[in-house]
Amino acid sequence: MLRRILSEDYPRSKPLTALLLIIVVSLVLGPFLFDGIRAFTTLGMICVFIMVVAAYDLMLGYTHIVSFAHTMFFGIGAYGVAMAIESMGNSFGAILVGLVGALAISFVLSLLLGLLSLRVKAIFFALVTLAVAFAFLSLVTQLYHVTGGEDGMRVRVPRELGPAFRPFEAPLPGIDIPTLLKGLLTQPWNLGQVWQESQFDLRFNGRNVMYYVLVAMATGVFLFLLRLVNSPFGRVLQAIRENEFRAEALGYRTVVYRTAVVILAALVATLAGAGFALINRYVNPENTLNFELMVFILLMCVIGGMGTVYGAVVGSTLFILAQNYLQDLLKWVGQYTAGIPVVENLLGADHWLLWFGVLFVLSVYFFPAGVVGQLRIWSMRRRSRQSPPPSGPAAEPEPEPQT
Amino acid sequence: MTEETTAMPMSDTGAERQRRRPIEWLKDVRDNKAHLFLLGIMLLASVAVIDFRTWLVLTISGVAMGAMLFLMASGMTLTFGLMSVLNLAHGAFISLGAFAGGTVLAFWLDGFAGSPSFLLNLVAIVPALLFAAVVAGVVGLVFEKLVIMPVYGDHLKQILVTVGGSIILMQLIEVVWGPNEIPVTRPDSLSGAFFVPEFLPLIGGIVLEKYRLVAVVLGLAIYAAMLWVIDRTRIGILIRAGVESREMVEVQGYRIHLLFLGVFVAGSALAGLGGVMWGMYKELLTPHMGDEMMISVIVVIILGGLGSIRGCFYGALLVGLINLYIGFVEPRLAAVATVGLMVGVLMWRPQGLIPVIKV
Amino acid sequence: MADPILTLSGVKADIDQYHILHGVDLTVPKGELTVLLGRNGAGKSTTLRTIMGLTTLTGGTLTYQGQDISRWPTPKIARAGIAFVPESMGIFGLLTVRENLVLAAVNGPMDEARLQWIFDLFPPLKKFWDKSAGTLSGGQKQMLAIARAVIEPRDLLLVDEPTKGLAPAIINDLADAFEQLKAQQVSILLVEQNFNFSRRLGQTVAVMNDGAVVHAGTMAELAENDELQQDLLGLGLGAHQ
Repeated sequence: MLRRILSEDYPRSKPLTALLLIIVVSLVLGPFLFDGIRAFTTLGMICVFIMVVAAYDLMLGYTHIVSFAHTMFFGIGAYGVAMAIESMGNSFGAILVGLVGALAISFVLSLLLGLLSLRVKAIFFALVTLAVAFAFLSLVTQLYHVTGGEDGMRVRVPRELGPAFRPFEAPLPGIDIPTLLKGLLTQPWNLGQVWQESQFDLRFNGRNVMYYVLVAMATGVFLFLLRLVNSPFGRVLQAIRENEFRAEALGYRTVVYRTAVVILAALVATLAGAGFALINRYVNPENTLNFELMVFILLMCVIGGMGTVYGAVVGSTLFILAQNYLQDLLKWVGQYTAGIPVVENLLGADHWLLWFGVLFVLSVYFFPAGVVGQLRIWSMRRRSRQSPPPSGPAAEPEPEPQT
Repeated sequence: MTEETTAMPMSDTGAERQRRRPIEWLKDVRDNKAHLFLLGIMLLASVAVIDFRTWLVLTISGVAMGAMLFLMASGMTLTFGLMSVLNLAHGAFISLGAFAGGTVLAFWLDGFAGSPSFLLNLVAIVPALLFAAVVAGVVGLVFEKLVIMPVYGDHLKQILVTVGGSIILMQLIEVVWGPNEIPVTRPDSLSGAFFVPEFLPLIGGIVLEKYRLVAVVLGLAIYAAMLWVIDRTRIGILIRAGVESREMVEVQGYRIHLLFLGVFVAGSALAGLGGVMWGMYKELLTPHMGDEMMISVIVVIILGGLGSIRGCFYGALLVGLINLYIGFVEPRLAAVATVGLMVGVLMWRPQGLIPVIKV
Repeated sequence: MADPILTLSGVKADIDQYHILHGVDLTVPKGELTVLLGRNGAGKSTTLRTIMGLTTLTGGTLTYQGQDISRWPTPKIARAGIAFVPESMGIFGLLTVRENLVLAAVNGPMDEARLQWIFDLFPPLKKFWDKSAGTLSGGQKQMLAIARAVIEPRDLLLVDEPTKGLAPAIINDLADAFEQLKAQQVSILLVEQNFNFSRRLGQTVAVMNDGAVVHAGTMAELAENDELQQDLLGLGLGAHQ
C-alpha cells in the first residue's frame, strides 16, 4: 500500500522520515495545532509552495533546466481565477472557468518557451525565461484596468470558502503546540496549567475548508510527481540530465522530453497559483509575479534538495518558516546587540534575507544535495559503516594509495 | 578574384541588374551585417510614423540610454565570453555603483555638485564616477574570489551562487545605505536643456536635455576606448584569444585566471559607472535599480551575441531606441517590445546579431 | 645519447574516470628529435598534454632540466621554455596571423630576425599577415601553429601529428622546418603516425601501447631492424609504410 503510494521512493533516512512525518502531521492537523491567523497563513503558503517547488524541481533537479518564468505561470493561475471571479461573480463555475482558461494559456506559453529552448543553448533558456517573465510582469502592472495594476485584485471567493461559512455549529477543540512546548520548557512542574493554557477553540469556517482543499491538492501533486519521476519517463529525464548526448544516441528525443517537462511544470504552477488566489483572497504583482518570489522558489528548491521530490516539502517548509519567523528570532537577538553599530544593523530584523542568502551560497558549495540529499548521504554512510557492503562489482573500490 | 565577382552581373541585361542589385545589396546587409540592417529598419520605420523633430529628440535620448546600457552590459558579456561565467549578480554592481557615486554627489561633495560653475561641478562629478567604478571594481574582486571562483565550469551552480550573491549584495546595500530611496540631484551644469534656435531648418525649436547629450558622448567615448583596447592592445588580443580557447592561451604562457579576474573587475567597474550615470539620469537611487536594469542588460547581451563587445554596443543601441520609440507611442508596451525584439531576433538568429564563434 | 632535457618516470594520468596513462617512462634527449609512435588511443596525445600540465598528473614525476615540474600550472611550464602544438593546432581563428604571433611572443615585441627566418620558412604567413587565421588553409594553419611555437627561442617543442591530413608538398616544407630547428639544437618531441616522415627526422624513438612505453631506442636501430618493425607493426606502423 505505502509502497504503491510512494512509488517505492522512500525517504531512505530516519531523520528525514521523522522530519517529513512532523511536517505532514502539522499540515494535516494544522488548524487544530496552531492558533492564530499568522500560523494559518503560514500553513496555507507551505501547501501552495510545496506544489510550486515540486514542479520547479522537476525542471531544475531532474532535468537541469533553469527557468525564471515559473512565477509567470503561478501568476497566470492566480490572476486567471481572480479575473474570472471578478467578471463572473463568486461561483465555483467562475473558478473552474478561470482555472481552465489559465491552464490553457500556460500550456500555450510554455509550449512556445519550450520550442524556443530547442533553438537556443541551455544557458540561453534561463536568460530568455527571465526576460519573458519580466515582460509579463510589466504587462500585468501596466494593464491596470483589467488587473488592478500595482494594487492588485481582491478575490471574492464563494461563500463556502469564506469566513462566513460555518459547517459545524460548535467550536472544535484545538491544542496550540507552540504554547504547549513553551510551557513544557519553561514550567514543566505546572503541567496542568500549561495544558489548560494551550487549549483553544477552533471555529471551523470556510477558510479552513479551503485549506483542506489545498492540503488535498498538495498531496495529490506531490504523489503524482513522485510517481512521475520514478516512472520510465523520470528515468529518461535523469538520463538526459546525466548525459544528453548519450540519451539522444539511445534514441530518446531529448527535446520532446524537455518540452514536456517545461509544460508540466508550468501547468502545476498554474494550479498552485489558483489555489493561492483562493486561500490568500488577494493577488497583486508582488505576491505572484515578482522576481524576488522567483528567487525564493529557487532557494526553496536548492535548500530542500534538488532532484528529490521530498526536497520540495522540506525546502518550502523551512523557507516559509524562516520568512515568517526568522525576523522574530533576529529581533530577539537584536535586543542583545542593540548599540553595537555595524552588528546592530547586520542583525536587524529586516535583513533576514541577507543571512538566508549567505546560508544559500554556503549550502550550494558545501551541501549541494540540499537537506534531503545530505540526510540521505549521511544515512547511507552510516549504513555502509555498520554493515560492510558485500564484496563484488557493486562495492566501491578503495582508491589506490598514491605514491 | 574580385574582378571576377564584380564582372559576373555584367553578363545580365542592364535592366535586370538595375532591379536586382539593390535587393541583393540589402540581402547581403541583412545576412552579413544584421545589426546595421536591424538598426536601419528601426530608424526608418520610426521616422516614418513619428514627427521629425520629436523623432530626433527620441533618437538622441535612445542613443543616450543605449550608451548607459552598453556600460552596464559590456562587463557581463565579456565575463561570459571569456570564462562562460554567467553572473546574475551583475545588477547588484549597477546598484552599488549608483549608490557609491550618489553618496559622493549627494553627501560628500554636494557643495561642489550644487554650485552653478561647471568646473566646480566637475570636482564632484569626476570623483563620483571614479568612486563608483572603484567601489564596484573592488567588490567585484572580492566577489569573484569568494563566490564565483569555486564554481568555474558549472553553469547550474554559477546561476545559483550568483543569484545568492546578488541577494547578499543587495541586502548589504540596504544595510549600508538603508532601505529607503535616496534622491540625487544632478549637478547644476548637467541639468537643464539646450534649445535649438527656431530659425534653423528641420531641427529648429527642439529641446535637448543636456544630460542625455553628456551620456551619449561619454558612452561613445568609452565604447571607442574599449574597441581600442580590444582591437589594438595586447590585453585585447589576449581577451579575444581567451574567448576562443582558454587552454591555448595558457599554453602560450598566460595565466587565464588572472586575465579573467582583470576582466571581471573591469566589467564590475563599468557596471558601477553605468549605475551612477543611470542614477544621475533617474535622480533617484533604490537598491533594486540594478535588478530592474538587468532585464534590459540581458536582452542586450542576448541580442548582440553572448561574448561579443561590438554586438553588445549595437544591442544596447537597439534596446535604447526601441524603448524610446515604443515608449513614445504606447508607454505600457515598452518592456514588452524590448523582450519581443529579443524573441524575434532569437528566432531569426539564435546566436545573436554578431555571434562569437568558438573554435 | 645526449643528456636528457625531459624525463617522465612512471607518469599516470586520468581523463574523467578512465585511466589513460599507466606509468609512462620516457626520456627526451637534449638537442635531438624524439619520435613517439603508437596506434590511436595508445596515449601519445595525453602524454604531451600531461607534460604541458593540461591533463592532471595522478602519479609519477616529470623532470625538466633538473626541475620537478609535475605540479606546475600550464603557463609556468610554457614560460620555462616548452612549446606545444596540439593535434588540432589550436590557432586563434578570429585573430589575424600577426596577432597570433604577437601573443606567442610572451616576452614582448617579436624579434625581427627571427620573424624573417619564419617568413623564409613559411612564406604564406607573410602573405596573409593581416588576414584572420581562421581563413587559412589546413597547411597554412599548421605553419602558423609551428611558427607560433618557435617565434621565441624555446628549449623543447611538443608537436602532435603535424602532418595529419596535409599534402605531400607541405609535409616537405614542415620537414625542412624541423631540420632547421634540429640544427639550432632545439629538442623536439614529435608524435607521428607517418613513419616515413618520422624516419627522416627522428634520432630517437619511443613506441607506446595502452598507456605505457613498450619500446625505446634509436631511430637508426628501428629503421634497419625489420624484425623489430614487424614486432611493432601491430602497434600501428604498418599502415604508413
